[in-house]
Amino acid sequence: MSLEPVAYVRTAPEPEEPPPLLSRGGLAWIRANLFSSIGSSLVTIGCVALAAYLLPHLAAWATTRAIWSATDGAVCRQHQDGACWAFVVAKWDYLRFGSYPVAERWRVDVVEAIGAALVVWLLWMNAPRRSWGALLFFVVYPIVALILLRGSSLVGLPIVDTLLWGGIFVSLLTAVVGIVFSLPLGVLLALGRRSPLPVVRMASVVFIEFVRGVPFITILFMANNLLPLFLPEAWAPDRLLRPLAGIAIFSAAYMAEEVRGGLQSLDRGQYEAAMALGLNYPRMTALVILPQALTLVIPGIVNNFIGLFMDTTLVSVVGVTDFLEAMNNAIKDPVWAGPTILTTGYVFAGIFYFAFCYGMARYSAHVERTLAKGRR
Amino acid sequence: MSDFSAVADRGDTAIRFTNVHKWYGSFHVLRNISLTVGRGERIVVCGPSGSGKSTLIRCVNRLEDHQRGSIVVDGVELTDDIKRIDEVRREVGMVFQNFNLFPHLTILENCTLAPIWVRKMPKRDAEELAAKLLARVKILDQANKYPGQLSGGQQQRAAIARALCMTPKIMLFDEPTSSLDPEMVKEVLDTMTALAQEGMTMVVVTHEMGFARQVADRVVFIDRGEIVEVNAPGAFFDHPQHERTRLFLSQILH
Repeated sequence: MSLEPVAYVRTAPEPEEPPPLLSRGGLAWIRANLFSSIGSSLVTIGCVALAAYLLPHLAAWATTRAIWSATDGAVCRQHQDGACWAFVVAKWDYLRFGSYPVAERWRVDVVEAIGAALVVWLLWMNAPRRSWGALLFFVVYPIVALILLRGSSLVGLPIVDTLLWGGIFVSLLTAVVGIVFSLPLGVLLALGRRSPLPVVRMASVVFIEFVRGVPFITILFMANNLLPLFLPEAWAPDRLLRPLAGIAIFSAAYMAEEVRGGLQSLDRGQYEAAMALGLNYPRMTALVILPQALTLVIPGIVNNFIGLFMDTTLVSVVGVTDFLEAMNNAIKDPVWAGPTILTTGYVFAGIFYFAFCYGMARYSAHVERTLAKGRR
Repeated sequence: MSDFSAVADRGDTAIRFTNVHKWYGSFHVLRNISLTVGRGERIVVCGPSGSGKSTLIRCVNRLEDHQRGSIVVDGVELTDDIKRIDEVRREVGMVFQNFNLFPHLTILENCTLAPIWVRKMPKRDAEELAAKLLARVKILDQANKYPGQLSGGQQQRAAIARALCMTPKIMLFDEPTSSLDPEMVKEVLDTMTALAQEGMTMVVVTHEMGFARQVADRVVFIDRGEIVEVNAPGAFFDHPQHERTRLFLSQILH
């Protein structure tokens, strides 16, 4: 039997009240996330203690105890408890340009500056006339960059053979070419893999599975050694171009699978609605399907970009002097030989790669948030 | 199966099914369907779930293909020819159970997409047309929101406006109210009723028998892939002839 009366009619509205103090704000967050139980409290205290012990030590190694300027390795050999940044400073030009002729290095600077400006224009989502930026970046810029970097008798710039290219600019070049070519190629492969035409589908599947089933180094060796064998000597691609093609192909296969995941997660109704409106396949794909599918897989695509950026370090196995290889060479310089050089060099390389990859990750998170605004 | 051309002869023919068969694998989902829909006619298709009623109207704009018989829509016979399919789809609007609005576009962009890209309408004209139709379904104030920000009823009305922006000659409705909360069904049905009163040719798959009685010229009852009974709504509901129709009606009209 119920103890309440059967009928009830509200006479006054229930007042709206703020939540209790302990369930909101920073205090509640700390309690819920750091000290929710004895175990979690212990882990929190342990981690804080470890950080308090390690971080000052690391910071001192990198700053106060570090050697900032020197002409050779003598000072660094005497101060072995700090980083030898003087080594990085002394080798900075070599790390940036490799063996690119000193007198011509301004050309690399110009290409990098234009590239940076265009990338900012493209990545800044509310920038004016982004389509112009895209046109400049994808069509005009590559031609200008090629002429500037390689040189051309037409504009009176001496030719600089790609054998001499090296350092950070080759790493960036490899990464940008890989990213710019692998995404569209990957999208085409993903669409091909879902095509109703058996020939297109099979070709895409074979390509994707073959490339995914082979280590990147193998692809690089194949691009480097096999490509010239199949082509007439006059057509043999440039020594730097071969690994660039290899990295684009390799990354495209992974990109394709990432994009396919996005395509598959779209509701069938989206295709049907687009078809019912009379949109043909190219328009349906470009206007309805890809914008949604690509947005869904931004984290995976950026993950691939980051992996690709790391993989650029492997081009050194086919004789390209990328940033890491330049660092390896610099470390071997007997003038600077010393116990702290190796650590300093690789810590610096680590910071360089981390800065770029973390930047990409943050940017992708920002794009995701922006695109998610106002949508389901 | 008798022919209903006598009824349809009031105008010319909008849709004509002639001895249409369809199989999913070895499952015979549509069996010898013959049906003629006249211009300006409102047809309600009903039947138990899995009877093939959705498949039937999805054949009209070739979201499903048929294996035997012929379907002629607005004078164009549907075959594998993509040109014909596109031609038919331009003239046939469709509204889905799950709205299927494009979530990455605003309501206005949803409405202008096809007019701009299929009809090659200038953007300004397309937006004007969309605004007019959004006003007609009473959601003009939501034009710049994304579908996810709208209620189910508003989304379905936006989907109707999107289909109307192509100025179709025929509108198909595939259970347009089945995934709506009860309090939103009426606003969508009112929109459809208004459309019917303007003389649009409509084929509606629905369980809303009140709508069928009020709006339909004829009700088609489908069961197990075959047309069992066709009649004007009054006669259909008050004097169902076939035993399966009577059973179906007794199950849905409590």
